[in-house]
Amino acid sequence: MSGTPRYTMVVDTKKCVGCKACVLACKAENAIPDGYCRSWIVEEIRGEFPLLSAELRSERCNHCTDAPCVAACPTGASHYSDGGTVIVTRDKCTGCKACIASCPYDARFVHPEGFVEKCTFCLHRVRRGEQPACVEICPTQSLHFGDVNDRESEVAQLLAARASKVLHEEAGTNPNLYFLV
Amino acid sequence: MGISRRKFIQISAAGGGAAALGTGLMTNMWGLTPDEVSDPKTDGDKVVATFCEMCFWKCGVLAHVKDGRVTKIVGNPEHPLSKGRLCPRGTGGVGLLYDPDRLQRPLVRKEARGEQVFEEVEWDEALDLVATKLQGVIDQHGPEALALFAHGCGGSWFTHLFKALGSANHAGPSYAQCRGARESAFELTFGAPVGSPEVTDIENTRVLTLIGAHLGENMHNTQVQELAKAIEAGAELVVVDPRFSTAAGKAKYWLPIKPGTDTALLLAWMHVIVKEKLYDQDYLERYAVGFEQLAAHLEDKTPEWAFVQTTIPVDTIVETARFIASRRPTSLVHPGRRTSWYGDDTQRARAVAVLNALLGNWGRAGGFYIPTKFKIPKADTPAYTLTPKTPPDMPKGTVYPFAGEVLADGLRNASLPSEPNDYPIKAWMVYGTNLNQALPDKKRTLEALQNLDFMVAIDVLPAEICGWADVVLPENTYLERYDDLQTPGFRTPFLSLRQPVVDSLYESKPGWWIAQQLAERMGVGEYFPFDDVESYLAERLEKAGVSFEKLKKHGVINGKPEAINLDEGLELTFDTPSGKIELFSQRMADAGLPPLPTFTAPDEPGPNEFRLLFGRTPTHTFGRTTNNRFLSEIYDENVLWLNAKVAKELGLENGEQVVMTNQDGVVSLPIKLKATQRIRHDCAFMVHGYGHTAPKLAFAFERGSCDTDMVTKTKIDPAMGGTGLNVNFVRVERWQA
Repeated sequence: MSGTPRYTMVVDTKKCVGCKACVLACKAENAIPDGYCRSWIVEEIRGEFPLLSAELRSERCNHCTDAPCVAACPTGASHYSDGGTVIVTRDKCTGCKACIASCPYDARFVHPEGFVEKCTFCLHRVRRGEQPACVEICPTQSLHFGDVNDRESEVAQLLAARASKVLHEEAGTNPNLYFLV
Repeated sequence: MGISRRKFIQISAAGGGAAALGTGLMTNMWGLTPDEVSDPKTDGDKVVATFCEMCFWKCGVLAHVKDGRVTKIVGNPEHPLSKGRLCPRGTGGVGLLYDPDRLQRPLVRKEARGEQVFEEVEWDEALDLVATKLQGVIDQHGPEALALFAHGCGGSWFTHLFKALGSANHAGPSYAQCRGARESAFELTFGAPVGSPEVTDIENTRVLTLIGAHLGENMHNTQVQELAKAIEAGAELVVVDPRFSTAAGKAKYWLPIKPGTDTALLLAWMHVIVKEKLYDQDYLERYAVGFEQLAAHLEDKTPEWAFVQTTIPVDTIVETARFIASRRPTSLVHPGRRTSWYGDDTQRARAVAVLNALLGNWGRAGGFYIPTKFKIPKADTPAYTLTPKTPPDMPKGTVYPFAGEVLADGLRNASLPSEPNDYPIKAWMVYGTNLNQALPDKKRTLEALQNLDFMVAIDVLPAEICGWADVVLPENTYLERYDDLQTPGFRTPFLSLRQPVVDSLYESKPGWWIAQQLAERMGVGEYFPFDDVESYLAERLEKAGVSFEKLKKHGVINGKPEAINLDEGLELTFDTPSGKIELFSQRMADAGLPPLPTFTAPDEPGPNEFRLLFGRTPTHTFGRTTNNRFLSEIYDENVLWLNAKVAKELGLENGEQVVMTNQDGVVSLPIKLKATQRIRHDCAFMVHGYGHTAPKLAFAFERGSCDTDMVTKTKIDPAMGGTGLNVNFVRVERWQA
């Protein structure tokens, strides 16, 4: 039984080259104003010359199952939508920033027009049967999106087959953005 | 946590790159749409398939157009180079199309050359002037006094014009200042160049060795896609780089080699492979000549010898040699792309070629494939009747026997009255290449520009070179024009179309039209016998039996795959004098050059000097894109990499502004210091294409620093005339404002 869908993104840090095509494809798809973005790349270098290691992560909203932003939102603008995706209803958002303060991933920002913005997993595309823009553009196919509760899905299979991690597990948010390491 | 990283870049509100589109936020009524997921509505009301020109890889794209504006550019799934996916530059074409600094109308110089005082004129006036001036030079000095510098697809129209006019002087910095040495070396060894796209079967390789290749930072889409697929399939990487590059971060072995000593490492690897008989004996017996001479040559190129040169430990050299050989023939030593480094680059690239031959991977799956090409006849244009004079790129007394193309710096030098030229060059046409940043030794470029009778620049943006022109002709971008059909050699044959996505902005015009207008004014109009480029393309397509309508719809026509390697049943042939792979090159010997790959030790930096290395970021195609505000949202300024420990010793802080002073006392524009563990102690690294001094590039102007300013010294490759650029040393000091 697969149960209710749980939309999940799986990022393969082994294949990612950190080119940021995902960042720009998101900006273009979602008409994000100049100077802002919904996704970003973290380049984590460890060690000292010449014993070094690198991890490249394409990051965005973690669409947490226990999202502190949803709990913190006084107007109900931040809410769970299809597959557990965390969405902000613009018309309900007052721009109070309680959600921004509560997010351990620094995934949100205030749009110049006054409402809070962040990754939507491109739900407008997903509802049409398309992939999120970042997943579609990625030249290294490092980004995977799907329903983790469907055991046949690519994301479920990748998580079953490969070692993975989530960010800020200690925050108890049950994030749905996984990194293959 | 300080400033939120979401608002990561402060840029001026005037930016027109990717303007925010209307979001439909007209009402603020609460509760009516409890689960609203706003559709940003960036899907086009039409989608046009064309191919990209943000770099020179030529990926198929789909441009979404809404209300006459391009909203987004995505990959064309049918196109074999993009497979529906794009690098950041491909996505960023919108930032070029809507760049507020674009050239808008033809410009004619009013003050002294280089003062950048221009007057806007009508196209007819500008074209008449260009044609008259060029014709005047032809009448006085002959057509060979005209030189064309070109980079990019639209350059083909102007090359055609020059051939019709009778000048063989057309060059691009993409040869002598970039991939030339590699092409010569592979032609000498295998009888075929590596080409673009490179004929590397990265996808199927199991050990990929990158030495002087930076996949992931060099963001050629197909190659990076294949790299990721190979990694997924379990391929391992050996990365040789003074810098802990993106690829080094994914490697099983990272060898932080001393810059300029690659050939020593390659020879030592071959020494181990030959000594331990790890090479493909059957393959070499069948396909290669010169093994005995090579083996004798390698006798003293021991890992111990190479350690002294390269600083790579002996055990590491032996272990990596065995590792590389262990997966042959699915073991590929990537030939790189820019190989204009130390003046002995043909030798170095020959070492790469010969090592690949020992692995038996030419014409094998996981090695190099033999490209196939979509066949399409030329249009009916008259044959060129004039026999042009030999280019003066190799002045009296010099000969580069294996130069495959005209040398761009050679044409520049032939324009200097102070040089011993076979004949003088008096006028330049410069198409889409900013010679001020592309050619080394900027002073000579400026001296040449000042001594020309006439110079016309054809470009999209007002780069430095345009400031030196007498006439500037504004070309439109690749999203507004047709260009000639593209049928590059690749794994599978295909035919790509560039077609207009939107109407031309301002008064800009396509290259084909500009070339045709000039041809008509200069008496060679019969070489452009069409009213419109569409009829020219239609003629070519009709001859090939390809439907223009179908091509317009799909942007690409894919041909039938053919065998591309031995594994698929292809017979291997080699276009060399022996008909075989030439490990020992008799042609090199006959030219008085080392016939077996030979190492020359590089000059040593002085105290507190660093060898200046430069390269790429995935976001930019050198100076062509650094004014692009959309791309600059993710990379807006180059930085100078210096080893963290060294920086500390110099008392320099990470992130502060520094300046470089090179061995000739030239001081750079200030640049931010990146003090990092990711680079050796003896070199500095920066991304090429910054430090623009053209004020009309309002965004890029004086942003970051220009490596070309520091390249006042070069070493010329005696085999093919390539320009060794990595021979300059810099001191680094705190910037005093």
